[in-house]
Amino acid sequence: MAGKPKLYYFNGRGRMESIRWLLAAAGVEFEEELFETREEFEKLIQGGSLMYEQVPMVEIDGMNLVETRAILRYIAAKYDLYGRNLKEQAWIDMYVEGLKDLNDMIMLFPFSLPEEKKMSLDYILERATKRFFPVYEKALRDHGQDFLVGNRLSWADIQLLEVILMAEECKPSVLSGFPLLQEFKARVSHIPTINKFLQPGSQRKPPLDEESLETMKKTFNC
Amino acid sequence: MAGKPMLHYFNGRGRMESTRWLLAAAGVEFEEKLIESPEDLKKLVNEGSLMFQQVPMVEIDGMKLVQTRAILNYIATKYNLYGKDIKERALIDMYVEGVADLGEMILLLPVAPPGEKDAKLALIKEKTTNRYFPAFEKVLKSHGQDYLVGNKLSRADIHLVELIYYVEELDPSLIANFPLLKALKARVSSLPTVKKFLQPGSQRKPPLDQKTLEQGRKIFK
Repeated sequence: MAGKPKLYYFNGRGRMESIRWLLAAAGVEFEEELFETREEFEKLIQGGSLMYEQVPMVEIDGMNLVETRAILRYIAAKYDLYGRNLKEQAWIDMYVEGLKDLNDMIMLFPFSLPEEKKMSLDYILERATKRFFPVYEKALRDHGQDFLVGNRLSWADIQLLEVILMAEECKPSVLSGFPLLQEFKARVSHIPTINKFLQPGSQRKPPLDEESLETMKKTFNC
Repeated sequence: MAGKPMLHYFNGRGRMESTRWLLAAAGVEFEEKLIESPEDLKKLVNEGSLMFQQVPMVEIDGMKLVQTRAILNYIATKYNLYGKDIKERALIDMYVEGVADLGEMILLLPVAPPGEKDAKLALIKEKTTNRYFPAFEKVLKSHGQDYLVGNKLSRADIHLVELIYYVEELDPSLIANFPLLKALKARVSSLPTVKKFLQPGSQRKPPLDQKTLEQGRKIFK
């Protein structure tokens, strides 16, 4: 009865990519409806399935879920990637929220004005290496385990890997001061479901290029 | 062994107010350590108490929780204000995140550049009456129950009612055409714990005045 989850977004990473990562890591097959034009987006709004007239939206288990965090939490809880108890959930939430801050900075970078770009990039890299990455390096060092929370794979690990890879796209050597994060990256990348998602031909989306950026701006009026 | 939760923030609403509301509504007594200078904040950072060198931070059950959503999720779960299963939780999250989106616009209004303030206020009013209030009114209308999810008080109701108070501070007329939201506000406001929190002398913080804004700016640069 329950078909595959269906993702509604434009053809790019944006705010949907973390959701694609989480489903893929959980080994969940999903479908996508990717719009190319403003008209297609407006048609979806007219259809009434977007609570706040915004995407991401995911049809899953009879619900039209919107709001990225609502979607991510549901998937994490459903596929046992949200810790085993309330305290583990709290640690996962803290780690994930910290990553989201960094993720948002990187995601919004293509939208910065040309004259702002160098400054934005420096700021992103400074935050990544001074505020965020040290936290995760320390977490792994303190408990010596393979995963961030509860000695097993969780949403926090998947989100961390996603952000590491995006940061490396900004600067390939960004992990140079973080040996445990480098090991973490290698280890988590080799988990079969994640490894599969990292292969060409998966539903993972590439970084925004000029053309996609223009399409997105037109579609979302931003 | 477990004392009262201890909230670390400056003396204003900011990103801590929704936590104060939630704890108060849950009937949980809490203490506050107010940050009054850049040095106070630096001390917390140097102690290693702030995972990302930021507040809000709440000491609770042996943890130093940071990140507003992590704090709220923990409290809501612990005090049974987060629905009975993951589907109810998903609905609650959808509603709460919508509240947070509008709440964020209102939160940031005082620090908007002067030339942009009017436009931002107009946008807030427009989004309130065309997007957010209709969405929540529709939810209440669809099931005709007293609360947003599962026919039971949840964090969604508490956060929404808190938001309604802020909207009314901006413009009391904005809620005029939303009878079910008005009813929700009245209902939640009259719950004993919430009623107490709404009285003068509670830990609820007033709207930002110029002095508090300046203090906040100095501390948070």
